[in-house]
Amino acid sequence: MHPEFEAVIGLEVHCQLATETKIFCSCPARIPADQSVSEIAVNSNTCPICAGHPGTLPVLNQKVVEFAIQAGLATHSRINLKNRFARKHYFYPDLPKGYQISQFELPICENGWLNIETDAGPKKIQIQRIHMEEDAGKNVHMSGFSLVNLNRAGVPLIEIVTGPDMKTADEAGAYLRALYAVVTYLGICDGNLQEGNFRCDANVSVMPKGSTVFGTRTEIKNVNSFRFVEKAIEYEIARQIEVIRSGGRVVLETRTYDSDKDITISMRSKEEAQDYRYFTEPDLIPLTIDEAWIRKIESGLPELPEQMKSRLVSSLGLSVYDAGVLTGSKTLAEFFDRVVHKLGNPALAKPAANWVTGEVSRLINEQGIEIQQSRILPEHIADLVRLVHDQVLSSTAAKQVLALVWNSGEAVEVIVDREGLKQVSDVGSLDPIIQRVIEGNAKQAADFRSGKDKLLGFFVGQVMKESGGKANPALLGELIKKKLLG
Amino acid sequence: MANLSSFRTVRDVHSAFESKKISPVELTQDYLNAAKKSEIGAYLTICEDVALQQARAAEALIQRQGRVPCLEYPLLGIPLGIKDNLNMDGVKTTCASKMLENYVAPYTATCVSRLQKSGAVTLGKLNLDEFAMGGSNENSAFGPVRHPTHPDRVPGGSSGGSAAAVRANLCFGSLGSDTGGSIRLPASYCGVVGMKPTYGRVSRFGLVAFASSLDQVGPFAQTVEDAALLMDVMSGYDPLDSTSIPQEKMNTYAATQTAPEWSQIRIGVPKEYFVGGLTPAVEQSIQASLKWFEKQGAQLVPISLPHTEYAVSVYYVVAVSEASSNLARYDGIRFGMRPAASDQAKDLNDFYMKSRSLFGPEVKRRIILGTFALSSGYSEAYFQRACQVRRKIVGDFNDAFQKVDLIVGPVSPTTAFKLGEKSSDPLKMYLNDIFTIPANLAGLPALSVPCGIDEEGLPIGLHLMAAPFQEDRLVSAAHAFQNGSLFGKV
Repeated sequence: MHPEFEAVIGLEVHCQLATETKIFCSCPARIPADQSVSEIAVNSNTCPICAGHPGTLPVLNQKVVEFAIQAGLATHSRINLKNRFARKHYFYPDLPKGYQISQFELPICENGWLNIETDAGPKKIQIQRIHMEEDAGKNVHMSGFSLVNLNRAGVPLIEIVTGPDMKTADEAGAYLRALYAVVTYLGICDGNLQEGNFRCDANVSVMPKGSTVFGTRTEIKNVNSFRFVEKAIEYEIARQIEVIRSGGRVVLETRTYDSDKDITISMRSKEEAQDYRYFTEPDLIPLTIDEAWIRKIESGLPELPEQMKSRLVSSLGLSVYDAGVLTGSKTLAEFFDRVVHKLGNPALAKPAANWVTGEVSRLINEQGIEIQQSRILPEHIADLVRLVHDQVLSSTAAKQVLALVWNSGEAVEVIVDREGLKQVSDVGSLDPIIQRVIEGNAKQAADFRSGKDKLLGFFVGQVMKESGGKANPALLGELIKKKLLG
Repeated sequence: MANLSSFRTVRDVHSAFESKKISPVELTQDYLNAAKKSEIGAYLTICEDVALQQARAAEALIQRQGRVPCLEYPLLGIPLGIKDNLNMDGVKTTCASKMLENYVAPYTATCVSRLQKSGAVTLGKLNLDEFAMGGSNENSAFGPVRHPTHPDRVPGGSSGGSAAAVRANLCFGSLGSDTGGSIRLPASYCGVVGMKPTYGRVSRFGLVAFASSLDQVGPFAQTVEDAALLMDVMSGYDPLDSTSIPQEKMNTYAATQTAPEWSQIRIGVPKEYFVGGLTPAVEQSIQASLKWFEKQGAQLVPISLPHTEYAVSVYYVVAVSEASSNLARYDGIRFGMRPAASDQAKDLNDFYMKSRSLFGPEVKRRIILGTFALSSGYSEAYFQRACQVRRKIVGDFNDAFQKVDLIVGPVSPTTAFKLGEKSSDPLKMYLNDIFTIPANLAGLPALSVPCGIDEEGLPIGLHLMAAPFQEDRLVSAAHAFQNGSLFGKV
């Protein structure tokens, strides 16, 4: 970024709640785990209510309120005991009623925060509000005409709005990952980014460094990948600085991110912006939330990423970085927890963390899948960690075993035995090999004896080769030294 | 063909069924024939097949049981008409609008299905002002309804078809909806009983919304007794309507079976309802009615409802604002007709302009007013201010009902006016609702019962209002009035 400028970023996340039914009717809201949105027959998950038929009325799904309260509690928000729903009006083909039922005044949660890690240490991001609303349908554009699919109409969302608290794309990315971890840990969101379960609008502006007056902002709409949000923000900051430096003015507008070209494009200026004509939804009575219900929900909250992170650091001795990586993904964190449980030895948590954040993450990221979708089980990793620790496997051999487990899902012991990968730590069987290698390399042996210490590595390598890679390298060094010098 | 006007109450019909004077199928067929022959424009759709099927089922049941099982089926074989803004599965709901000319409802309104389950025969769908917006039934895209006895006059609106059909014996009773007087005004003009229950008594599920915080469904009948019976069947909590009140079913019918304890009844007479504007005939009839109550032993108490003068303004901000929102869905995409011109639309905005041009002028006027009243920068001064004044009006009634049990006055300052007389002056038309609107703003139960005729023989309605959920008081007093007063006996 240009050193004379600083950026101000605020984010709005639309998070799809994983309730079984829609927010105001009993149509299915959740896509079965083994199906994708595109496999659900068009307009099949609809009824007169979510299709907005004349005469229909909304009835609030209690589960939506419960999930929103969970999100509020997990982000240290105040839960408003009095809630109102409001109608937000605009015309668009995917909006069957001509208005969206949302919240305007008195949203369910206000004044929360979430911590993120930055290079300069932890930073608190304010969450101004969380409100409940219904999703719209989806327009499908054909050549020369468009069709509307209302399967998504009435699917519950919470919108989570931050303060203008972030300064860089990295901070925005860190916030999104932290929030994503929270909603997936809670289980209130299925977290499928491709299906749009977690969508982000970013408000970006730049101003001269040290200024207290924000510049004119633009809003980048509907980006559904963390990486793309970061790139879009980076692009947008650079673009705005360039506009200002070349004497222009940033225009208040809505922009969209083109991931192919890595640029943002103007969609509409705010002068054409909608007047949403909010007013209290007369078809829903004001929602009053019972304090006791909130306490009950609170007592049932699972361990959250922040809590788990401090547990991993304080009781398992992991680095803050490793703990952060592990808890950034609910599935990875759960997997790691089970590995540690199988090991039953906290001292082995650190190498286990290295395995999970290293080799295991690399493999699943390569395939773009979740750990639970792979053949690797926590016991596989626990076995590998234990065998390496007991010097039964070299770390090189262990990596080989993992690659085989990845393909077959077989037990570690079975693979180790079949492939003969066990380290040889038995002096009796190594001794003749060492003797042979020293005899065959008399010149190097003499050089070593005369002080060329570095040649130890050469001998270790030679013996390792002779033993088919199975010798225990640490033990080997000692034995060779003894033999050469003794 | 039986003389349909010879049956005054449901009880009369049921004894005619039991004594085999007429069968349910014959009765239904008679009404269907009358409806088809009628030229007052009350019906928009006649559901002959459905109605005859329901009548045959009723007939079979009576034959099997040898009597009318009126506890389980209090409306068995009773032919009713339904205002065409209430949905019946598989039948068109047009709302008297070009916009919904071809809309076939995929489900039945809760209130209608409750009537059907109690044995009622649903003859068809009745004309109204487009989307229930109007007081004369002249705003129907399919032609006005004419007054049943004076065809050059209006029947009142917006439930003009519902009131006229009952009076003209085109159905035995009917359903209407009342947002600012749309049941009581036409009941008054046509000389039948029309009742608007407490807001939340009757489910709005399946009623095409005009102004959600004001709309209530209610019955029309020749008698208070039957209006109460229809109310009882329709009312009660509906899980599909969050604003319906979780309460036991009403039994206001029972309230018609015992004489009121007149000495215990205090009747409020608001001074604001008797200041000018009333025609002499209306004024005389109302005064005579008040005297009748006094003669029975009721106490007349002069009261004041000081915010009455704001009611019409408040109503025409709140109602049009909600209407502009409720009617947004008729955009030609999912609901609403698509005029041929919309195929040539330049863009989406142009498309909306073309499709939404199908609304009639009164509906357009209200959508534009409501859109304005809710716009940012104006909402505080109009919509939100109106909501504040609405609370003052509610406060007036809360105070009044500390002192009185009922409030009695005129339904309308005049009797039925001539077709076209007020259609060029919407403001004049709006002021016609001055006495009925407050009950909607405050959610009160209210009814109109015939109390006289003017020099031209046009009916005059007496307006009774009660505190929320006091339908019993309302019905009991109105029933006694209808059966005991001079006019009731006519």
